[in-house]
This record gives sequence, C-alpha cells and structure tokens, in this order.
Amino acid sequence: MNALDFLAQTVRIAIPYLLAAAGGVLSERAGLIGLSLEGYMLGGAFCAAVGSYYAGAPWMGVLAAIVGGGMLALLYAVSAIRFKADQVVVGIAINLLAIGLTRFFLRLIFDSSSNSPRIPGFELKGSGTGFLALALNPLVWIGIAVIPVVSWVLYRTPFGLRVRAVGEHPAAAESVGVPVVRVRYIAVALSGMIAGLGGAYLSLDQHQFTDQMTAGRGFIALAAIIFGRWDPVRAGLACLLFAAAETLQIQLQGTQLIPSQFVEMIPYVLTIVALAGIVGRAAAPAALGKTTAE
Amino acid sequence: MSRRTVIEEAVLPPIVALLIAAVVGDVLILTFGQSPGAVFRLLLEGTWGNAYGFGQVLYKATTLVFTGLAVGLGLRAGLFNIGAESQLAAGGFCAALAGLLLPAGIPALLCLPFFILAAALGGGVVGAVPGILKARFGAHEVIVTIMLNFIVLALLNYLTSAKVHVPDTLHTPELKSGALWRLGDVMSPFHGSAANAIILLAIATAIALGWYLFRTRQGFELRALGLQARAAEYAGVNVARVTWRALAMSGAIAGIGGLNYVIGYKHYYEEGFASGAGFLGIAVALVGRNHPAGIVVAALLFATLSQGGLAVNALVPKQMVDVLQAVVILAVATSVPEVRRLLRISRRRSES
Amino acid sequence: MNPAIRMTGIEKSFGAVMANRGADLEVAQGEIHALVGENGAGKSTLMRILSGLYAPNAGRMEVNGRDVTGWSTSEAIANGVGMVHQHFMLVPTLTVAENVVLGCEVTKGLVLDRQAAERAVNALSVRTGLAVPANRLVADLSVGEAQRVEILKTLYRGAKILILDEPTAVLSPFEVRELWAVLRSLRDAGGTVVLITHKLDEVIDVSDSITVMRQGATVTRMASAGATPQAIARAMVGRDVALALDADYAGSTISGTSPGAVLLSVQNLTVIGNRRTAVVNGVSFSIAPGEILGIAGVEGNGQTELIEALAGLRSADGTITLGGRELVPLSVRERGNAGLSHIPEDRHERGLVLDYSIADNLILGQQHRFTSGFMLDAGRIAAHARELVERYDIRPADPSLPARALSGGNQQKIVVAREMARDFKVLLAAQPTRGVDVGAIEFIHARLREARDQGKAILLVSADLAEVLALADRIAVMYGGRFAIVMSRSEASPDALAPYMTGAEHAA
Repeated sequence: MNALDFLAQTVRIAIPYLLAAAGGVLSERAGLIGLSLEGYMLGGAFCAAVGSYYAGAPWMGVLAAIVGGGMLALLYAVSAIRFKADQVVVGIAINLLAIGLTRFFLRLIFDSSSNSPRIPGFELKGSGTGFLALALNPLVWIGIAVIPVVSWVLYRTPFGLRVRAVGEHPAAAESVGVPVVRVRYIAVALSGMIAGLGGAYLSLDQHQFTDQMTAGRGFIALAAIIFGRWDPVRAGLACLLFAAAETLQIQLQGTQLIPSQFVEMIPYVLTIVALAGIVGRAAAPAALGKTTAE
Repeated sequence: MSRRTVIEEAVLPPIVALLIAAVVGDVLILTFGQSPGAVFRLLLEGTWGNAYGFGQVLYKATTLVFTGLAVGLGLRAGLFNIGAESQLAAGGFCAALAGLLLPAGIPALLCLPFFILAAALGGGVVGAVPGILKARFGAHEVIVTIMLNFIVLALLNYLTSAKVHVPDTLHTPELKSGALWRLGDVMSPFHGSAANAIILLAIATAIALGWYLFRTRQGFELRALGLQARAAEYAGVNVARVTWRALAMSGAIAGIGGLNYVIGYKHYYEEGFASGAGFLGIAVALVGRNHPAGIVVAALLFATLSQGGLAVNALVPKQMVDVLQAVVILAVATSVPEVRRLLRISRRRSES
Repeated sequence: MNPAIRMTGIEKSFGAVMANRGADLEVAQGEIHALVGENGAGKSTLMRILSGLYAPNAGRMEVNGRDVTGWSTSEAIANGVGMVHQHFMLVPTLTVAENVVLGCEVTKGLVLDRQAAERAVNALSVRTGLAVPANRLVADLSVGEAQRVEILKTLYRGAKILILDEPTAVLSPFEVRELWAVLRSLRDAGGTVVLITHKLDEVIDVSDSITVMRQGATVTRMASAGATPQAIARAMVGRDVALALDADYAGSTISGTSPGAVLLSVQNLTVIGNRRTAVVNGVSFSIAPGEILGIAGVEGNGQTELIEALAGLRSADGTITLGGRELVPLSVRERGNAGLSHIPEDRHERGLVLDYSIADNLILGQQHRFTSGFMLDAGRIAAHARELVERYDIRPADPSLPARALSGGNQQKIVVAREMARDFKVLLAAQPTRGVDVGAIEFIHARLREARDQGKAILLVSADLAEVLALADRIAVMYGGRFAIVMSRSEASPDALAPYMTGAEHAA
C-alpha cells in the first residue's frame, strides 16, 4: 500500500469522526456533555438506511439522518435542560435508546435482527474504493468542510459567541439578555444533526445498516474533542490522528508487529493522558455538565 | 419536610418512570399489531411464571446486583463509575485465571475465597485507576472510566486471544476446580437455568454494602463527600483517599460480579460476557436510588425485562425490551428533579 | 418630571425567606442615589427585581413614569436600565470587547464585526475615562479593570439608569476615587446612578440622596447633604448602636485574662488566593485565653481565607501555634484534635450536610470520636444528640430529622452546639449569626461570652460591625489582606473603625 492509499483510507475512516466531533464541540461548548454522540450517529445511520432504501436515493437518506440525529439530540436537550436531569445519565440513556429503537425498527421494517438489505450509496459503478470513490461522496466533502465551518461559527459569528458564553458562564450570558436555554437547544440539536450525518456516512458507505454499526465511534469523537481541548480545529486534527492510527492498525494486521488491540487503545490512552494534565491541562468549558438541579 | 416526604421523593420517581415505560411499551406493542395485555401476560409467564424462566431472571439479576451496587457505591460518594462493564470483565478474567492456577480436585467452597479475591483485585485495579487520576490530577472520572472500558476490553481481548484461549473459541480453558453448583442441581425445576450459588454472594454483598454505607465511619464520610464535598472537607474527610478508595471498592464489587458467569455458570472466561452489564448497572442504581435494597429490587426488574424479551419474542421483537430499558433510565433521570420540584410546590401550597 | 425609578410595596420571597417585604424606592432623574442597609436587608434583591432578574411577588415598579412591573432582563436593558453585579457577570474566556457586545452583537453580514466592537469599546473608554484593553481576555484583568468592563457593558447597551451592587468592596482606595469620578461625570451627563453599599462614609461622600433599608423594607429616605454617619447607622440597625452596646455589655470584658498568656499565635500568615495574588498578606496576631479577638471589615478582604487557612482548609505560609503546638503541617482533623473548633461562615455549604439528620450533623467533623471499632456507635450518637438538642434548644427536637428541614436559626444552633459542646481551646467563629433570627442571635452571643469566660480563645469574624463591637475584647480591621488596625474595645467605635474598613486610613 502506498502513501496515497494510506491517506485515502485515513480520510475514509476519519469522516464520521470529524462529523461527530464537530457536532460534539458545539454541544460541549454550550455546556452539554456529548456522551450521546454515539446514539446520534447510530440513529443517523439507521435513518439514512431507511431513507435511502425507500426513496432509492442516498440524498433522502442523508436528510433522514439529519432528522433522526436531531430528534435524539432534542430528546437529550429536553431531558437535560427542561427537566434538569443528570447529563451523564441521560446521555447514556440516549445511547441505549438509539440501540433499542434501531433494533426494534430493524425488525419492524426490514424483519431482521442484524442488518438492513442493500441500500443505494453515493458512488458510481466502477469508482472503486480509492480517491475517486471518496471524491464522489458528498458526505466526504461535508466531513472535510465541517470542522472549518464549525470553527468559523464558533469564533466568528454572534451565535458562536453566545454558545461560548453560555457554556462558560450562563448567568453572565443571561444577565445581558442572551436566551441561554434557546442557545443550548439549538447547539444540541445541531450537534445531533451533524453527528447523524456521520452515521449516514457509515451506512451509505457500507450499503447497509447493521446492528450497533457505530461501534464506539461516538466515543472516539468525544475523545478527540477532549484531546483537542474543545477547539474544533484541534479536535479535527485529533480525529485525523486517531484515524491514521486505525489505518496503521489495519496495515499491520497481517504482520503481527504490534497486536491490533494496542493500536485500538491509542485514542483512549491519549485522552486519559490529556485529562490527567500530563500533556498540558485540558480545560473544559466551565459550565459543562451543569444543567442539573442542585 | 418530614421523613414521609423524604421517602416520597425517593420512591415516587421510579414508579412514575415505570408507568411511562409501560405506556411506551404499549405503543410499541400496538405498532407491531399485538395486544399489550397479551404481551405483558406472556412476559410474566415466561419469567416469574415458570422455574426455568425465573432461574434465568435470578441469574441475570445476580450480575446486575453487582454492577448496580458498584455504580451505586460510586454515586453515594458523588462519583460516576461508568466503567463497571470492564471491571466486571476484568474480575471475571482474573477469576478464570485463578481457576487455571488451582490444582484439580479442591472443594468449591475452599476455592471461592480465592476467586473472590482474584476478581475483586481485577476489578479493583481497574476502578482504582480513575480514582487515583481523579484524586491526584482532578481528571473527570466519567470520561476516564469510559475510556478505560475500551482500553481494558481491548487488553483482555488481546490476553485471551493471544495467550490463554481454547483454539477456535473466544474463551479460556475451563476451571480446574472450584466450579460452583447451579440452582438446578439442588432444586430440579430450575434445571437448565444459569442461576447459581453466586446469587447468595450478591445478597451478602448488598447487605455488607448497606452496613458499610450506613453504619460505619468510612460510610459516613463517603456519603458526606457525595452529598456536600465542601462540608466533608470541613469535617476533616481526606477527600483524595475517600475518592480513590470508593472507586477502587466500586470496581472490586463489579469485579466480583464476574464470578456469576465464570465460576457459577460457564466455568470459563469468554469475550463479551460483560457486554451491556455496566450500562444496565447504571440503570439499576438509578432506579434503586443508590440504596442496596432498592438496587436488588431494580436488578430483579431489569432482569425480568431482559428475560421477558425472549419470552415475548414470538409476538413482538425482543428488541422492544432494549427500548424499554432506555426509557426507564430516561424517565427516572428526568422525573427525579421534576417530582421533587412538584412535591415541593404542592407542599408549599398546602402550607400557605 | 417623572422620577427615574419609583418602586412601591415590593415583596419578594425565596421559599420561606422574605427578602423584600414592602420595599419602596424613589430615585430622581440625574442623581446618584445610595441604597444602604446591613447584609441581608434586601438591597440586592430589590435591585435585581428592577433589572429584571427576578419578578416581584407584589408591588409596582415604574421607570420614567411607565409601569414596568415584572419585566425581563432584556426589556430592562432595552429601556436603559443596567446593573453591575457584586459578583461580576463576565465570561472569563472571552475578550473585553466580546463581553461588552455579548447579547447585542454588531455584525457584518453573518459575521461578528470585531473591529467595530473594539472601536466601540475604545470610544466608550475615551468618553467615560474607563480605560480597558479591548482585546484582552477578561480572565487576565485585575478586579478593578473587570469592574470597568462591567460598567462599559451597561453603557454600551445605552444604560441611562446604572445600578451598582457594592462596587467598592473589591477596589483599592485609588480605584474607588476613580470610580466616583466616573459616576459623577455620568450623572452630570444626565445619567441616574443607584449605588448599593453599606459603607457609610462613601454614602455621604458621593451620593445626592439616600434610601435606608432594614429587614426587607424601606426605613427612610434622606438627602445626603446634612446626613451624618450616626443617623444613617441608626436607621440601618434600628437602634442607637453605641448606646445599646454601652448599656448591655459594658464591664464584661477581659475578666479572666492573665497578662502575657497566649493560646493562639499567628505569625506572618500569607495565603495565596485563586487569582494567584496574596489574599492574606503577612498577618500576625495572638489571642489570650479568655479573650475574643474580633475581625471587622468589608467582606472579601481576606477574612474567609484567613479562617480557612487557620482551619486547615487552605494552604498557607507562616506559623500558627495553638498552645505552643505548630498547626501548619496538620490536617483539618489533627487541628481539631489539637483543640481547634470552627464555626464556618457558610452553614449550608460547609457547616452542615443538609441531608444528614440532626444527630449526624451534631457529630460532623468528630465522627472519629463516635466509633466502636470500624463502626459508628449509634447509641452514643443518639445520646449526644438528645443532650445537645435539649441544651441548645434545637427545634424541632427530633434528632432524626434532616438538617434541611430546620429554620436557619436552628440550623446554626446545630453548628454552634457541635463546635462549642466539644472539648476545645480555640474557637474560630465566622459570621456566627448570619441570617439568624434575633432570639437565636442572643442565644449564640451568650454562648460565645460563656466560652470566653471559661478561658477559651475566640477569633470572631463578622461583617456585622455591631456584633464585633458587642462581643470582642480587641478589634482588628481587615483590609486588603492585612490588619489595617488593631484596637481595644474601649477605643473602638463605628466612627473610629470606619476609615480603616474602607482603606482610607491604615496603621503603619
């Protein structure tokens, strides 16, 4: 495998991470923990499969994924903001709910407990798996663009300023008339829609939905956010790093050089190291996780 | 505020949550074109209605009691242990290794303390890591335990597949001695179910934890830390020590839960046996309001749901149960603050 | 012309606590109006209602003659009412300019126009004399600079009515003078200023008229010209301070002190605060057996940190000795065992575990003394609780109730009972009667005097000057992390202490 193939493979793996991490940064910067990114992705992946299957067009799948991810995120937002439920608990519940709902509707719609039938994806016949296939997939372009876009929104627009204020010092934002609750709802809903796109990429790329197909990718995205110290660009770079490690692992699989399980651990170990402040303190938004009652 | 209202605030949310879950369940059943009454009747018959089903409920509840107690202990200290799954797996793995080290032919009851020690050590070490990182560096235990789940499971996967597995399987060789009896060996109607003697250990652990939390000085300090960290500091509680000790103990309890599968049921460690039990432990602790007695009840409830899913699979997909479990967690999490708020409003009204 | 502000019969309660009970306020256009009163008199609540943060339960409020009862913060801002809070409402991770424009951002297309924001901030700076670096992070500013940002923020929003809540509590004397100059120039430009404070000298110095509040209600309104600190103090406290003190407490001082004996000695104590500056700066003092040393001063001048450092809750440099024993290396518990008792200033956060029963709270901090082996000794805990509940008249007298269920006064009695019934030599009493009803205050004061008479050494910190004057044998004034002066009770009076409390004077 040459360097170009390596790069193509890395990008291919990184796209869902980038999308989920970009969404997650918005949510976390607004003060809401992104524990349920995994659930948004899974919901998005399933909705994309359903949409693409019935409409016969991947674009409808993409739209469905945005709706599906967004709905799960809204449920999270309502629980955490309106009902002041513990964000960690609700985040986990949303993940379990996504697993349950996708399994249930997989049975209901496709009468299977493991996977959907083949669904249309974006690539053309004979485009292969290299750069051509990547270039033909609009979700790849969205995934590449999403990090700069989120960074621009966060640092250059009034909405981004408000998101940062709300996640850092909500009382101060409130005192100058920023609608804290509304900003948080919007940020979380956006995070679900964008992470849902990451899920759509997975099912459309593999031409089917399979049970629990996100396989912890939402948590890798969360790890990238923390490792990137809640900055979208740094989080994006962390996604690329993690994806490169994974590509390397696939490369090494035949060689027995390093057991694949150790490469698998890299993102998680790096995140713990970052959290423990061994490579500089990871500074979370001050109000992160604090919508809870008392 | 009186004792009655304290109890109301503790007990009402889970009841509200179960009602919500029942409604959601009805809707799902109706979407599948079945009658809710029939499905729930079948669910009960397949779980508490026959010895085999009940045995399975007991077996599943046993693991959940351990992970539920582990999460509950952490929460009492104000710490969120999301790593129960990997602690459970590590405990089971260590117990299986211990079983390989023992010579054959030792009576099971003599082996048991050795297994408990090995499992507690395995889970306890995994729990102590986030505890120490929190106490020493202030690293948030939620993220660390999540990340550790992946790390530890990958490590166990490596150790099993590269070092100790039986060829062509994902499990270790069987214990040389110490395999415990199953319930079916003693009471024949339970034959075939996985329920085993570890259930007694689960109940003993729940009682011991209740005693520890509410009767000992360490428990007094641990709960004070969980309720009001600054007051605990004022009261001379060594916050760092209590923090890491609580998480290590939490991990050890989850680790001992691994015996249910490894020593009581299959007699070997297998990849993925712990899958999902950590997250369900959170649900169990939440519904059980972090009280050992409540946790035992909640473990039975979730075990019933999980086994009941299999029982109703002919009418509605068993996956419905996955949805209901998530709905219960969501509903408890949202109704705890809400019920408290509403109760306080109504109390204020009735006072004025 | 309509008054700028007219509030009548304002009532506001939080749970069982009535913060405002029929408060009135009238402020004319273009004046600096001081709103004074003791801690807890309801000044801040009244102003938060005016700025839209809280809705009143009853009453009517008008701004420029228009009924605005119960409006929102954004309505208040849109109508030119801006408030500078005591605890700054600034986002530390944003720049000065970003903080100023937050909530009413200038845009260029979709994008935040940063240059415009910085230009606007600089222009305002120049116009008002409030110099701040527009592109610096707020986290890097000094307290004084942060306050200027707060004022700029309200002016940027077009505030014609500016409310400041205890603006001088955190400022140096120089910064205070600068602030006054700014406020006067705002007034001269037609603005209206409401100043919440409890410092009497400032009140007369800077304001045109004064409203005094006590226990949630308005007591009196007067013109500043001709007002005396004594008259204001009398209105604030509700009785003639000096007279009451003389009548009640004269002759009760320093009976048991043997000259030269020292129980608690503190040398050169320095505490580094959260902003990495010294919040307690080289403080030295000693207390004899049978003596109460009172620390007066505006809150936030290092009193909290001093007490926490003595108690072992904060690390500090210097030496602390109790009966000759060095405390600095000891933990909280070891200090307790060495004879240090501590009534913390915040019972809800530190002094009690609110969900624990009265009985459990009565052993909090001494749990290691109520054990048998690994276990807590339930029998002894219950007996201990029964005894203290009766002796300290804690109501309701059911030790199994959670502390949360009790009134503030009875909660404080739990803390006082616990800390004073144990074996101790030195007591740190921080705000021992804050938020407590009159009956409980008298009770707690009696216990403190009793302990003093038994030869204990007591360090009393109180924001309530009357309390310090009533109890202490010697009085220190803390300002800017140092003792500005220490005087004996016979020399001390509100008039004598006031200049030191505001930093206007300090002993060399």
